[in-house]
Amino acid sequence: MSETKIMLGNEAIARGAYEAGVKVSSAYPGTPSTEISENIVKYPEIYAEWAPNEKVAMEVAIGASISGVRAMASMKMVGVNVASDPLYTVSYIGANGGLVLAAADDPGLYSSQNEQDSRCVARVAQVPVLEPSDSQEAKDFTKLAFEYSEKYDTPVMIRTTTRLAHSQGPVTLEERQEIPDKPYERNAAKHVMMPANAKGRHVHVENRLKQMAEDACGFEINKAVYKDTSVGFITSGIPYTYVAEAMPNASVLKLGLVHPLPRKLIEEFASKVDKLYIFEELEPLIEEQVKSWGIECTGKELFTLQGEYSANMIRERVLGMKLEAAAPAQVPARPPILCPGCPHRSTFSVLKKLGIHGAGDIGCYTLGAVAPLNVIDTTVCMGASISTLHGMEKAKGREYIKNWVALIGDSTFLHTGVNSLMNMVYNQSTGTVLILDNSTTGMTGHQDHAATGKMLNGKETKAVSLYHLCKAIGVEHVYEVDAFDVDELETVVKREVARDEVSVIIVCAPCALLKSQATRAKCIAIPEKCKKCGICLVPGCPALTKNEDGTVKIDDTMCNGCGLCMKRCKFDAIERVE
Amino acid sequence: MKMEDSYKMTTKNIMIVGVGGQGTLLTSRILGGIITKSGYDVKLSEVHGMAQRGGSVVTFVRYGDCVAEPIVEEGQADVLIAFERLEALRYAHFLKKDGVIIVNDQRIDPITVVTGAAQYPDNIIENLKKEYKVIDVDAMDEAKKLGNAKVFNTIIVGVAAKRMDFDKDKWLEVIESTVPPKTVEINKAAFEAGYAI
Repeated sequence: MSETKIMLGNEAIARGAYEAGVKVSSAYPGTPSTEISENIVKYPEIYAEWAPNEKVAMEVAIGASISGVRAMASMKMVGVNVASDPLYTVSYIGANGGLVLAAADDPGLYSSQNEQDSRCVARVAQVPVLEPSDSQEAKDFTKLAFEYSEKYDTPVMIRTTTRLAHSQGPVTLEERQEIPDKPYERNAAKHVMMPANAKGRHVHVENRLKQMAEDACGFEINKAVYKDTSVGFITSGIPYTYVAEAMPNASVLKLGLVHPLPRKLIEEFASKVDKLYIFEELEPLIEEQVKSWGIECTGKELFTLQGEYSANMIRERVLGMKLEAAAPAQVPARPPILCPGCPHRSTFSVLKKLGIHGAGDIGCYTLGAVAPLNVIDTTVCMGASISTLHGMEKAKGREYIKNWVALIGDSTFLHTGVNSLMNMVYNQSTGTVLILDNSTTGMTGHQDHAATGKMLNGKETKAVSLYHLCKAIGVEHVYEVDAFDVDELETVVKREVARDEVSVIIVCAPCALLKSQATRAKCIAIPEKCKKCGICLVPGCPALTKNEDGTVKIDDTMCNGCGLCMKRCKFDAIERVE
Repeated sequence: MKMEDSYKMTTKNIMIVGVGGQGTLLTSRILGGIITKSGYDVKLSEVHGMAQRGGSVVTFVRYGDCVAEPIVEEGQADVLIAFERLEALRYAHFLKKDGVIIVNDQRIDPITVVTGAAQYPDNIIENLKKEYKVIDVDAMDEAKKLGNAKVFNTIIVGVAAKRMDFDKDKWLEVIESTVPPKTVEINKAAFEAGYAI
């Protein structure tokens, strides 16, 4: 009997890659895609790595595919933007060994800076998209993606959303298929995308999509189930599970392949049901195409363009049910915050004291934008802190940015920040960049990167030196400061923002959650000495609250003894004990 | 035909709520383990990423003969396991009328309270008891009695297990295979302590 295991959607995609005989995997971490790589690396048959960014990861997978093996790149949806340059062109090249891009969207914005729909990117790139609706399908569709990739000579996207990526369900395990490497032959017309060759390949791309759209009418993963035909739904992915929950007796056309669409199958389904709904999260990708074929249907008139869907949405908006649930209680919000002992809090406390504005970036430190820190003024995308600061200077002059710095994490700096720093050097910027070096990719759950000295498989490797990298691209003023040495940090920041040259301050201290930081030290409050001034509370450490008499209280289960509160106290009312 | 014939009687809905970093994910892994071991279909849905940094977190667990959607919606939860008082109150409206709340009697001030922008509500547990069946436990205190504050979440698992229809031995087997090997004994002791409450 085959084994069944409960798996995260991401874990199931990794298993699918394993069973499909994948040999190379490259990725950059990003919620909700990270666990794909963290699980792939557990299979010794697959070479798996962290790349510095998604463009590199995609290109690594492309190289492996051209050489003749099955290869996968995985990333979150904003990473697909970074990888879109190679993606748009490898669409023309196609695949030798199967080539799959796992892209994870985030409707509801659990951990992202926008709510974009990767299906739209794939449609413009003319790449087929498979969308699973549970963990079992996540595994099965991943395997199918490799088959389609080779059969239609195309990269294939497997698209998930947070709700699938981070849901667990049962998965039946199968053996790994050992796929013999495809022979490599020099074929410039297919592999060298210069104008004359690309013209020919564009024809292939159009024909391939037309052929696939026709074949898709017979694909098993595009399944019409006719029950009560007064109502029909066309749906896919997680939204399908809401239809199955809310209206188990309705007729449903469940699409496993959401691009290209099986037109004849859809026309047939539409003709057999009285009222047709299109139920898809985010963009009306299916709906607009169906409407363009003259088929009457209801979609975004009734359902939202934002956020996640639910079964209750169908109960209320299709069935007109009044739901029985108590009203939510009015309670204080609990937004995410920096952890106790986080070195970023220490850095922000200095910047706040100096009245400095931060051009921010993507990472835990984005939380420096909210109360009580309020240091970060802007956040766009990976690497943008440095270039936006440069843009401000070029727009308004040197004086304007004397109370600004760019704030970027170590992993983010290596991702795309380093290009922006080159631009600062080249175009004579005078800005100051703080690299918040916590020795890990923190937000996504502690992944190694090119400067940590460890690879995805845990093995030791060369570590890129941030200091020497900055020096090598021409930054003359590079300083390393301990994030918890607040006096030194204050001195260096004041000096560097005043300097009429580009400078980098590498603010070092490992993430408080790293295992290497497990410490028995604790800070304790001494109520008799406490003057209730509240200065220790200003940086917003969650381990600190007030007693009823207004003196400060430190939660010993949360405190990790970083000492920031102790340094701020002018009355010695906080001590550190080992 | 009845189109809205949707609430499958066999599906049980559980929610685990708390503050990011409290260890709710370990609890959901143990729950997932016991459900699978007992032969049910199951779906669990959790939150990773930014919200795990001290924010309000929620895990949905649904099990039965055949589970479609992975989330529990308002008014549908049979059991709400809350690792913190305010979070119990935040998600109480997800419960069915006869739903049960298991709440860890701990207060963690959200940043909105620390900065003075909001007030932490008084008498949360007393007020919840007026509407729902509530089992409150000071799991942190119980865990400290065992000499390890970190196992408070396994104490909560024990309290919940007592109110669910799975074999105690099976729970212990799942705990043994889920927690880090070095912590098996202390976690088993924590489970027993919770089960006795």
